[in-house]
Amino acid sequence: MRHATTLRIGPVGFRIGSDWRAPLAVLDRLYRDYPRPRDDVADFTVRLEAVRPWRRFVRPSVRIAGDYMLADAAPLPLSLGLLAAEMGMNLQMALGQRRWLLLHASAVERDGRALLMTGVSGAGKSTLSALLMARGWRFLGDEFALLDPETGLLHPFPRLISLKNAAIAVAEAALPDARFGPLLADTPKGAIRHLIPDARAIAAMDAPVQPSLVLFPSFGHAVAVRPVAGSEAFVRFTQASTNYVALGERGFDALTGLVRDVPALAIDYPDTQSALDLVERLWREAAR
Amino acid sequence: MSAALLARVLADPVEAQALDGDGWTGLIAAARAEQLAGTLGHRLKGLDMPHAAGRLLADARAAAAQGRTAALWEAEMARRVLRDMPVVLLKGTAFVAAGLQAGVGRSIGDCDILVPRERIEEAERALLAAGWEWVKPDPYDDHYYRRWMHELPPLIHRDRDRMIDVHHTILPLTARITPDVGALLADSVALENGLRVLSHADMLCHAAAHLFADGDLSGGLRNLWDIHCLVEDGGTAGLAERAMLHGLTRPMARALRLSHDLFGTAVPVEHRQLRAGDRWYRARLLARDGWGRPVRPLLRQAFYLRSHGLRMPPAMLARHLWIKWRKGGQGPS
Repeated sequence: MRHATTLRIGPVGFRIGSDWRAPLAVLDRLYRDYPRPRDDVADFTVRLEAVRPWRRFVRPSVRIAGDYMLADAAPLPLSLGLLAAEMGMNLQMALGQRRWLLLHASAVERDGRALLMTGVSGAGKSTLSALLMARGWRFLGDEFALLDPETGLLHPFPRLISLKNAAIAVAEAALPDARFGPLLADTPKGAIRHLIPDARAIAAMDAPVQPSLVLFPSFGHAVAVRPVAGSEAFVRFTQASTNYVALGERGFDALTGLVRDVPALAIDYPDTQSALDLVERLWREAAR
Repeated sequence: MSAALLARVLADPVEAQALDGDGWTGLIAAARAEQLAGTLGHRLKGLDMPHAAGRLLADARAAAAQGRTAALWEAEMARRVLRDMPVVLLKGTAFVAAGLQAGVGRSIGDCDILVPRERIEEAERALLAAGWEWVKPDPYDDHYYRRWMHELPPLIHRDRDRMIDVHHTILPLTARITPDVGALLADSVALENGLRVLSHADMLCHAAAHLFADGDLSGGLRNLWDIHCLVEDGGTAGLAERAMLHGLTRPMARALRLSHDLFGTAVPVEHRQLRAGDRWYRARLLARDGWGRPVRPLLRQAFYLRSHGLRMPPAMLARHLWIKWRKGGQGPS
């Protein structure tokens, strides 16, 4: 393609090609500290293409394509090229990843063990993982946790943290020294701004972690904690995994292992401060 | 350019050893786009290659193994529902069920089966009663399938989300060529579980019909690889007579010539030289670059139009396209 770049997030290498320079210039800047794919072989190819040849110039419109594609994905304006690249990489993972069980969850690490947070969109898992990073946790990922069927370990996938709407100001206040991407004001999901994971998260992204606690956060209610049975956690995770069915027996074994060995709690929280206090209290209690 | 690399590597895996990182990335992107990643994974197994490439090909083999399990399970589900009638598995499902080389690493989409035409309504009723549902709610599409096609409108299982295509012959009724479906059924071979597959020669005839007498050659490289594997497995003895019986002499000969040209298949001597028109087919089969992008849009468009010309007479085609256009139908991808 006219323009191309490569990068690696955790164990996964990407090659991104584009009909325009601009989206890749932003991508190169934000992923400046990330390495190249191992052996220069990318796991996945993403293409940012003009929907028609002349749409490179006239009302430029980006179609997200690649090794794995959705037939009916709506194109984005070129001003949202960064978002298109991020969506393209996520799409390759969601549709094409077969090595690990993909859990739609954020994850952070402390004392060599991982905390997984999963829930519906808007539950606050990206925000909580960013704020826990600000409080000294190692950030592992805000979108996908990669569960290794062979070892039961989680592989970090610390891509850019996608902050939406009100969470943007909260994270900016909590992380005054952090690097952020441009503010994307009018995306289909409202305002989005990407936060770059800290140097520690990037430096340690090749180190897998033993999962030790699962939380299902839910925003908007008074503080409450409820234990979640393994059976319920199993069903919730099958819904939160894009490749559970495709992995077949390996996926089943990996997931039953996770819910059998790792305790799970559902938590309600009214605001981020109480959520952070609650998460750290539950973490201390679980460690005992 | 890179579908050409893919074909070269499938024909001779040693070609892959000259690749650098970018070359491997392009090869794998082209293989995924042509639904040949699992096939490539098996073909290159054991070869010396970069570790990252080896892991990707191992993933592709694992994905194909899971696809094989799921395909065999769909066939078993169909067998249980249609136990009173002969059910002939077609294409990928047949290759894996019969343990053929063409099934090794192959990606398998729908479950394609052939049943006797006089029993197709019975088959449809049985499948609908067992959890399969219609995919195309459009009355025109539904009518079109039932009146003119060689299969029922596609059915999808409501729990397993898997599609089944129930054929009563192997080419549309509107096509100029009419294969002898009675012979296909009569000479089909029973597997241990009671399901059936086409005879070796008929598998090749079906593959050639599918590739060159129907459709626009999308995914054609995989279909040609099927032909290569089938010839390598069972040879070409009696093939010419069988192709003639079905009216498929020309598509069969073209398939053998191109398979020999691209994959070095051991075909009879008279099929070892490409003919003039073959160049276009060859170019269309290889119209994919190292980014996985379709290339040569005009050539693709020409084959798309050709596919409609093959399927129906001009007046009927005009009427069909007019109706589809008014409904906002799509051109080639």
